Amino acid sequence: MSYQGKFRVWRGDDSGGALEDFTVEVNEGEVVLDIIHRLQATQAPDLAVRWNCKAGKCGSCSAEINGRPRLLCMTRMSVFEESETITVTPMRTFPIIRDLVTDVSFNYTKAREVPSFAPPKDLAPGEYRMQQVDVERSQEFRKCIECFLCQNTCHVVRDHEENKEAFSGPRFLMRVAELEMHPLDTADRVDQAQDDHGLGYCNITKCCSEVCPEHIHITDNALIPMKERVADRKYDPIVWLGNKLFRR
Amino acid sequence: MPELERHSFDVLVIGAGGAGLRAAIEAREHGMRTAVLCKSLFGKAHTVMAEGGIAAAMGNVNSSDSWQVHFRDTMRGGKFLNNWRMAELHAQEAPQRVWELETYGALFDRTKDGRISQRNFGGHEYPRLAHVGDRTGLELIRTLQQKIVSLQQEDFKEFGDYEERLRVFQEFTVTDLVKDGDRIAGVFGYWRESGRFVLFEAPAVILATGGIGKSFKVTSNSWEYTGDGHALALRAGASLINMEFIQFHPTGMVWPPSVKGILVTESVRGDGGVLRNSEGKRFMFDYIPEVFKDKYADNEEEGDRWYTDQANNRRPPELLPRDEVARAINSEVKAGRGSPHGGVFLDVSTRLPAEEIRKRLPSMHHQFKELADVDITAQPMEVGPTCHYVMGGVEVDPDTGSSSVAGLYAAGEVSGGMHGSNRLGGNSLSDLLVFGRRAGAGASEYVRALDSRPAVPEETVTEARATALKPFQQEGGENPYTLHMELQQSMNDLVGIIRRQGEMEEALQRLEKLKERAQSLTVEGHQQFNPGWHLALDLRNMLLVSECVAKAALLRTESRGGHTRDDHPSMDAEWRRKLLVCNVDGDRVSVEEKPQIPIRGDLLDLFDRTELEKYLTAEELS
Repeated sequence: MSYQGKFRVWRGDDSGGALEDFTVEVNEGEVVLDIIHRLQATQAPDLAVRWNCKAGKCGSCSAEINGRPRLLCMTRMSVFEESETITVTPMRTFPIIRDLVTDVSFNYTKAREVPSFAPPKDLAPGEYRMQQVDVERSQEFRKCIECFLCQNTCHVVRDHEENKEAFSGPRFLMRVAELEMHPLDTADRVDQAQDDHGLGYCNITKCCSEVCPEHIHITDNALIPMKERVADRKYDPIVWLGNKLFRR
Repeated sequence: MPELERHSFDVLVIGAGGAGLRAAIEAREHGMRTAVLCKSLFGKAHTVMAEGGIAAAMGNVNSSDSWQVHFRDTMRGGKFLNNWRMAELHAQEAPQRVWELETYGALFDRTKDGRISQRNFGGHEYPRLAHVGDRTGLELIRTLQQKIVSLQQEDFKEFGDYEERLRVFQEFTVTDLVKDGDRIAGVFGYWRESGRFVLFEAPAVILATGGIGKSFKVTSNSWEYTGDGHALALRAGASLINMEFIQFHPTGMVWPPSVKGILVTESVRGDGGVLRNSEGKRFMFDYIPEVFKDKYADNEEEGDRWYTDQANNRRPPELLPRDEVARAINSEVKAGRGSPHGGVFLDVSTRLPAEEIRKRLPSMHHQFKELADVDITAQPMEVGPTCHYVMGGVEVDPDTGSSSVAGLYAAGEVSGGMHGSNRLGGNSLSDLLVFGRRAGAGASEYVRALDSRPAVPEETVTEARATALKPFQQEGGENPYTLHMELQQSMNDLVGIIRRQGEMEEALQRLEKLKERAQSLTVEGHQQFNPGWHLALDLRNMLLVSECVAKAALLRTESRGGHTRDDHPSMDAEWRRKLLVCNVDGDRVSVEEKPQIPIRGDLLDLFDRTELEKYLTAEELS
């Protein structure tokens, strides 16, 4: 049942580092995070890794396994060959703190830049009425566990530090879409999405949707509909003419 | 010695789960400069693990529900040991707290007429849990997180600084509370990232640190749950109550080994799932205790009818309070009728259409598929008890959350009393909101009324630093991971779901030895993001809290809720009138009996006398 697995784990800090080789016991039913924990307990007590729930619900243990952005706690060892060497590296888009831990503050900065839910002024708490079918669109986006794997994989920022200023990334463009589709939100978020959060940078390659551990259809259900709304507003010739004539 | 980083605030909140965030929002709205200190990233707290829902008697699905019915259910669930004032406030205020979340942007599942939908849960008479599929905790934490961001945006507009009045210090661990004489003066701790020390000066501290599950081997709790708040309160001179009561959730995953203990939501049973043993029998019908006989169906037909007609049928026994179900599963496994991996079968696949299961229980479906190769729409799950929640905690004033130490407050799991000897599912999230808000308000009022702010004595800072650095200065000592594993094994085996005098005495001896060995722990590497060091410091808290649990459990010679004694199997009305109070002197835990405050007359009148006779002494009834 158990075997000795071969691992290469990136170790280092902001001044540099390298892949380190380990041979470590692997048991039936384990996930990659179990192996990282075994390394901590037996070979590398100061190996830094973030984790919390170990059930795919908190989005803390994001990393890259054989180059693929994944949650360490939801990647079963059984998907690999026993002879395979498994490489674990930190998320590439964010600055390294130590070992597998990166500085994800970019995401918290972007979160703050999205104007919050604007509740209807005439409804008291307890008076909100919404139909299930109407809340479901935003509910899909609220499944997001903020693992930031979509942010990490998005090519707009993955190798383009210079785009980070203008581009909020799939997670927070999806947050804008979530609020835009909230049945009772009173703010207009279409122009914001394009002008303040860089929706135009996205060229819908769907990498974000592919790595999402919650299987949220980020591109199809959030980004493309937002792009359509932007196009309707900004590029529809009749709306354009109306705006010119009546100066909204 | 490097310069110490210092900050000054009015109110400090330790912990960023539901209680901590709600407390911080309240303190900030009271005009306090507030900081939240949390061990993980902002938005990752253990509250995300809550699945089923928030209990609140809104009466959206069954209009017969009211706070009085919710209060009754809570007291029954806790076997009448609850602090009745907390249970009263909780039942009265929970609906307001849920509705308020909608104004922050929460999106709950809806009823047909567009109100918040409510689901059935163990021990709740009516459908009462507001929910979002089976990821309600995530919705709660994200909503509160986003409310905090919204408050910060207001500050940015007004002051040009997001963090003017509300700041989150994430990945920060508090190691000591600092006092000025008898009152709180601040906290000392370290950045997990850099290992650098920080002193926060503040006249009020709210503990919202959650539970203690990491002292047990099989647990649904994450690494954060090391009883920090419990231990900080004890060391600062506050007392803990009800520490013998620990909830073993009946349904944790049992296979594969690496996920053993991970929670399987009670909603599976609320939505129709049933428990079967290896003989295919729905065994819960054999385990309905005397006190609940008239409330639960004694045959499958009636139990099944209840899902569609609650007015004319009694509920199925799978929905008994958690302590009852956990004990029943334990007994079935012991009797040799368990599943292949030492649990029992929880089956929803034969009860609901696959599509419906995917819709109502999406994260369970996902969790079993990804982690155990089990498709819950086609196969039963294997489940068994897992350490889930501690009913015990800091003894607080119900209305303000104040502990016995001036300036120290507690809310949520770290506080004690609300749930008595056993918590009902769904009552935790509402507890966080109701008492988080109250503690935030209580701490704010305290600060506002102060004549002078406390000062931090420098020697306590020097001492706190020395304690935190000790594991680096010792060579040849033990690895903290080894010690932690031994602690977990001891608590699991000897102070677990079924307890015996001899075993608990052995546990206490082992704890004594572990405490000694913990004096000479050694950690490798340096202070920067060093998990070995972090564990070494957390162990100090786990050991202290485990001692409270074992000592109180040894003293209580009855079985009630989350405390089951093999050698004292029945409930004793005399014991209901007593609380066990833990204090610490140096590193010794002492436990003393204290009388319960009698339940207020108008609240007692909510129950039938025949029911009260099951719990109260003749003297109390006369």
